[in-house]
Amino acid sequence: MGRNLKFEIFRYNPLTPDIQPCMRTYRLEEHPSMTLFIALNMIRERQDASLQFDFCCRAGICGSCGMVINGRPGLACHTQTCDLPNHIALHPLPVFKLLGDLCVDTGVWFRNMGTKIESWIHTAKAFEPSVPEERMDNALANHIFELDRCIECGCCVGACGTARMREDFIGATAINRLARFHIDPRDNRSPADFYDIIGDDTGIFGCMGLLACDNVCPKNLPLQDQLGIMRRMVTIESVRGIIPAFIRNKLQGCGCKQKC
Amino acid sequence: MRVYHSDVLCMGAGLAGERVAVEAAQAGFSVICLSIVPPRRSHSSAAQGGMQAALGNSIMGEGDCPEIHFNDTVKGSDWGCDQEVARLFANTAPIAMREMAWMGVPWNRVVPGEHTYFKGGKPFQAMEKKENEGLIHSRAFGGTAKWRTCYTSDGTGHAVLFTLDNRMLQLGVEVHDRMQAEILIHNGERCMGCVARDLRNGELVGYFAKATLIATGGFGRIYRATTNAVICDGGGQITALETGVVPLGNMEAVQFHPTGTVPTDILVTEGCRGDGGTLLDVNQYRFMPDYEPEKGELASRDVVSRRMTEHMRKGLGVKSPYGEHLWLDIRHLGEKHITTNLREVYDICMHFLGVNPIHQLIPVRPTQHYSMGGVRTDKDGAAYGLRGLFSAGEAACWDMHGFNRLGGNSLAETIVAGRIVGEKVVEFLKGGVSDFSSQALDDAAAQVQGRIGALRRGRGEDCYTLRNAMQDVMMEHVGIFRNGKDLQTGVDKLQDILARCKTMRASHGGGELSMALRVPGMVKLALCVAYGALQRVESRGAHAREDYPERNDKDWLVRTLATWKEGATLPTLNYEKVTPFFILPPGDRGYGSGKIIPGKLEDGDIVSFAQQV
Repeated sequence: MGRNLKFEIFRYNPLTPDIQPCMRTYRLEEHPSMTLFIALNMIRERQDASLQFDFCCRAGICGSCGMVINGRPGLACHTQTCDLPNHIALHPLPVFKLLGDLCVDTGVWFRNMGTKIESWIHTAKAFEPSVPEERMDNALANHIFELDRCIECGCCVGACGTARMREDFIGATAINRLARFHIDPRDNRSPADFYDIIGDDTGIFGCMGLLACDNVCPKNLPLQDQLGIMRRMVTIESVRGIIPAFIRNKLQGCGCKQKC
Repeated sequence: MRVYHSDVLCMGAGLAGERVAVEAAQAGFSVICLSIVPPRRSHSSAAQGGMQAALGNSIMGEGDCPEIHFNDTVKGSDWGCDQEVARLFANTAPIAMREMAWMGVPWNRVVPGEHTYFKGGKPFQAMEKKENEGLIHSRAFGGTAKWRTCYTSDGTGHAVLFTLDNRMLQLGVEVHDRMQAEILIHNGERCMGCVARDLRNGELVGYFAKATLIATGGFGRIYRATTNAVICDGGGQITALETGVVPLGNMEAVQFHPTGTVPTDILVTEGCRGDGGTLLDVNQYRFMPDYEPEKGELASRDVVSRRMTEHMRKGLGVKSPYGEHLWLDIRHLGEKHITTNLREVYDICMHFLGVNPIHQLIPVRPTQHYSMGGVRTDKDGAAYGLRGLFSAGEAACWDMHGFNRLGGNSLAETIVAGRIVGEKVVEFLKGGVSDFSSQALDDAAAQVQGRIGALRRGRGEDCYTLRNAMQDVMMEHVGIFRNGKDLQTGVDKLQDILARCKTMRASHGGGELSMALRVPGMVKLALCVAYGALQRVESRGAHAREDYPERNDKDWLVRTLATWKEGATLPTLNYEKVTPFFILPPGDRGYGSGKIIPGKLEDGDIVSFAQQV
């Protein structure tokens, strides 16, 4: 016999606004290797077919199932019940538009963010089918991928103090994305271009440095570092014309002498 | 009802759907992509290993060329593929990979100098060439003569999907997520779009389009143990089948992956074995070389999966509360390799299994993985039966995989077929005029409305009970090893489940109704698989009949085409020639050691690789 787990789950359907939001309780016997993916499906299939939640890959890769698990944003699919107490409280991620119960609209949020920061390679070169690919240093490719591993689960946004206070804050995920393009030699945007995108309170200067984003990221992205690197980059850009170029250049990057 | 108009409608926004969308948008056409989930959550993102393309930059891929890639693909397919399509694929793959590099994919690159690589668990030294420094590198995958799999660490699908979706943002392609396509709008000759259900609020939405693309991925969820995401329920194939005129090709060709983990069925990549991982039994004995002396763990997936099953049947599996399994051993690759090149594998083992693969063995068993079959198209990606309907990627039976696809070939197919089919869609749009029938739209919407009403009124079983029953039948009777008796029992049981679907109930509008709308179609797909497998009295690739162990090139060098007539309880099966011509005539694969009943080829059937027909 496994433990008897008590789930308290946030319930509210915006399509039936007359029914007040509430926490509903479900009980489930724990099995070995049980994850919240297994548990929530058991509840829906056996106890309450009206319960809404999102899963897709159920393998921690797609980012569908971000939710607040006992007060902390995380991915439900790779949370094992054995790592939690008997009493498990589940809430939807804050900040994002609520679609029902544990479902939030991360899709539209991330599309808007991607469009706003122009999340693509800016290049004037056309693709030449008959020419070999442009060369790239493998260490740099690995570095770009390191930042490209974000799965857009929204946990960092849900955990962000600034995002809770101002709707237009672009979040650590967006700044990390720009850091990815900043180090990519295929993208020809200059510091001035990045300054235009994130050089204000909705961008890097809105960050209060609480760094819950870095704490909760399920992919362990180096968000703290990227926030620092990008903040330094746009700060230096903002004093262009005041501080001489050789000093500005010296201050760029993360201090490791590579283009970070 | 909300109604949208566009030049192209992509059902599905994974790699194949997005690649077609990008091609059409670049040519200036309006495109709408429908997706059940936000596009970046598509199952393409879960592909870890890589994409095969004969770039030949790495030392172990030296001398590679499209023809060698083509030969590997045809052998892998057990001569079940369309060789014209396989050639087109192999020739286009290197260009498509370079194009993705241009778009922004951080492919791993050649690092010159001496490197330690692994083959069959044994380390060896190889010298990467200075002149290839910084070009796209490649790793080993099963069933290939050269190391040809382009990769980005072990997040290739993720990296390519994010890059393509970035391109979609740049081109301003419209995406409607949380949208489930329910039915195609058509008049029996021409496809005009689809009716979808908005998963946010349950509304039906009409989509008119000059060209409609089915790129909804595979249908693994008809099996209980599958590596596929929960959305891989065959939605696109179901809409095609229910037209009654569009055939599904080779539905019985279902691939099992050797290394699904126990108990969650999450896949760990073939890259584990490509990089030197080995399979061990209950005695921690490495058994694969006994069966496959040459290829060992790197024979094609169908062969490795069958050998594993065979070995477990000898009582040499590891018993566990979740059933029997074997071990995957990657400990000897070392901490650095495992936490960089196989990082996702490391994460999966730690987070989902509680196993540390640097020090512990990974429990694995063959698990449903890939659907070679799907919407049958011609080489341009145009579906049989309806003008204006196209299909690409795993949803399609284009058919470069035949009865078994090689690792790294399907991920490459999404980009390559997406590029080719995208060009053909553009040609189609430039060539034709379309008119849309509001009557056809109303009829389609009324049909979906009728289904929803029936589920609301239903007093029978719920969708989960019926889905689980179907999945159990597929596991038990239509698995890795098949025989006439089991398959017949499977078909009978599935027919019974299909009948029970008529009184299915769904009392809630959310996830339950979405699933309930899918289940009858999924049972029909399951019947196409089971009935096709019952009728195919030979063994070829992933289709292994214990009662007909020979590959029969005399009678069965054909592709199964399944259509579903309205009100029928079984699909109608027809057959067509497997390939318009042979570049590589049927022969021995060099692994799997199956017997072959040879067929007869005419002189004109064989052409050279370079010869255009």
